[in-house]
Amino acid sequence: MNRSVSQKNIKLARNLIIVAIAMFGFGYALVPIYDVLCELKWIERDRPDALKQAKEKAYEIDKDRDVTIEFVSSINENTPLLFHSEIEKLKVHPGEYHTVNFYAENKTDNNLNAMAVHSYAPAVISKFVDTITCFCLNEQSFKPKESKVLPVRFVINPELPEQYKTITLSYTFFDRTENQ
Amino acid sequence: MSAVVAEHDHHHDDHDHGPAKGILRWIITTNHKDIGTLYLLFALAMFFVGGSMAMIIRAELFEPGMQFVDPQFFNSMTTMHALVMVFGAVMPAFVGLANWMIPMMIGAPDMALPRMNNMSFWLLVAGVLMLASTLFMEGGAPAGGWTLYPPLVLQTGKAFPFAVFSVHLLGISSIMGAINIIATILNMRAPAMTLMKMPLFVWTWLITGFLLIAIMPVFAGAVTMLLTDKFFHTSFFDAAGGGDPVLYQHIFWFFGHPEVYVMILPTFGVASTIIPVFARKPLFGYSSMVYATASIAFLSFIVWAHHMFTVGMPLAGELYFMYATMLIAIPTGVKVFNWTATMWKGSMTFETPMLFSIAFVVLFTLGGFTGLMMSIAPVDFQYHDTYFIVAHFHYTLVPASIFILMAAGYYWLPKWTGHMYNEKIGQLHFWLSTISVNILFFPQHFLGLAGMPRRIPDYAIQFADWNMISSIGGFIFGASQLLFLYIVIDTIRGGTGEKVTDEVWEDAHKHGLEWTLPSPVPYHTFTTPPTVIPTEHI
Repeated sequence: MNRSVSQKNIKLARNLIIVAIAMFGFGYALVPIYDVLCELKWIERDRPDALKQAKEKAYEIDKDRDVTIEFVSSINENTPLLFHSEIEKLKVHPGEYHTVNFYAENKTDNNLNAMAVHSYAPAVISKFVDTITCFCLNEQSFKPKESKVLPVRFVINPELPEQYKTITLSYTFFDRTENQ
Repeated sequence: MSAVVAEHDHHHDDHDHGPAKGILRWIITTNHKDIGTLYLLFALAMFFVGGSMAMIIRAELFEPGMQFVDPQFFNSMTTMHALVMVFGAVMPAFVGLANWMIPMMIGAPDMALPRMNNMSFWLLVAGVLMLASTLFMEGGAPAGGWTLYPPLVLQTGKAFPFAVFSVHLLGISSIMGAINIIATILNMRAPAMTLMKMPLFVWTWLITGFLLIAIMPVFAGAVTMLLTDKFFHTSFFDAAGGGDPVLYQHIFWFFGHPEVYVMILPTFGVASTIIPVFARKPLFGYSSMVYATASIAFLSFIVWAHHMFTVGMPLAGELYFMYATMLIAIPTGVKVFNWTATMWKGSMTFETPMLFSIAFVVLFTLGGFTGLMMSIAPVDFQYHDTYFIVAHFHYTLVPASIFILMAAGYYWLPKWTGHMYNEKIGQLHFWLSTISVNILFFPQHFLGLAGMPRRIPDYAIQFADWNMISSIGGFIFGASQLLFLYIVIDTIRGGTGEKVTDEVWEDAHKHGLEWTLPSPVPYHTFTTPPTVIPTEHI
């Protein structure tokens, strides 16, 4: 191999290595790109939007129909919490305000930090659920064996399309103690 | 890079010596033929390791109920079988063929960057050994599937960081291999070898090289995110910190879909090299083959989400990925018709490499058709994660990539060793493999349509019969491959004793530069570039 070919090879190899490094960066760039595409609703339909705290305002109560609200409480992997809601189901009229209590108890003798993540189903109705208060808006810290009452106050917007008769509000606790 | 010598004394200083003596020859070698041999032998060994894992899987699935292994180990086997076969067997085998054949096909004395070539092979060995070591760790080897989806994969025990680092090593090794191949093809061709005269194997590898450079770093990034999620409290895929596990699937398949073409494009290249020789006709539609390869490579980047139709995409997204996926059938169809047209009215003979190539054309097309079925988004909801997808991708990998690697072995072994393989045993190997591969994978279509999920060690009783038939096929297929091992060893040690000619196959010298060289090939070839280029393949 003569000198000029050898130099050409090294130059090409260097450029290709730069491309490879750039593609490594591109992998990370996919993270914000994905967020944008989700926001535009191009790529994921069922992704819950970040929960926004809504202001309490007076809706006209729609007495003519009921919507069944189901509550699901679950824990991720081995999060050492006892976690349940006071009721499993509730019939509400759109526009009516309700507060439902959840109970969580730290099973361990240590301090515990946990974050609840919400998921409303079917996902398309998320925007018709106004959440006034929710324990899932902040990380919760538990002292050893401490139990807490965790209220959720919400209202169903009367503009909810007719065909939705059942809505599931689900909350999952993730252990975040190690992340402190 | 020992090339810093003046042109005129090049021959004396650089090329007149043979290989180093002893074991060190194989460790420090920078000769493309030695490194090609290392890659091919390593891939063959890993083919048997991955194959043994498949035998464990089929043994457990022979009957319903739990017989031999516990579910965790079963899932480790499906995961490791896939990783070993993809990263340890199929990809290294094609890199080995590229090392051996590309310099000889384009009239170059060696690969462009010989030292990097040596390093990429040994990094591969290190990566695979590290992956294999996870089998013996507390908590067992990764068992979340080769796709390594979170949050499941984050539950892997002590093995997790080792699996991630082995992916890094394998990635670096493939990227270095790809850079080397691209540099060789672009810079080292004999002056008379213009791009549109290159054999298709060289073309397909040029395009595959670019695919690898584009995707392996993305996969490395994805597993790095998994690693930091697990150990450094980032939240790329962790819902508690605002992450999204579905994001991992998008990143993975952005890598994963082109990755399956990394395994199939060189397959197309070898098929396009072998079929014309045994049909005794030029390849039909050479330039359309080149453009079809490039189109498939481009399309592979924009169809990834067809692997995840069920995650809940908007309708427009489902439709886009459905139609884009169907589009791939067009360039692929061009290829299948071109191979068929090449054989049309040819003076065909049916030596073992040709038999494997014809079986490839038929069975790959079958695997392609089931791919088309699954590209239909609404229908995919039934097929998703069932044995139907298992049947589909095994049809496109085993009787396609693996068969073509076998064909390549039979086709070039006489050139590499100077000995003829035993044609009778070769044909026996072919018929046993072809019949058993269909007994093995065809019933899995029925199982999938009936709803049997993949990656489970036990199953409902109604799946029993087809699973037993599939397992019997699997055992015959596995055992038949020992014939190939025998033939390779036998051929290296002298084969039939028949003296092979330089061109080996009738008129092969019209089809490729490698057949103008002596058999066996001398240690150094094309130290001066050839001036006459065979053009029968164009």
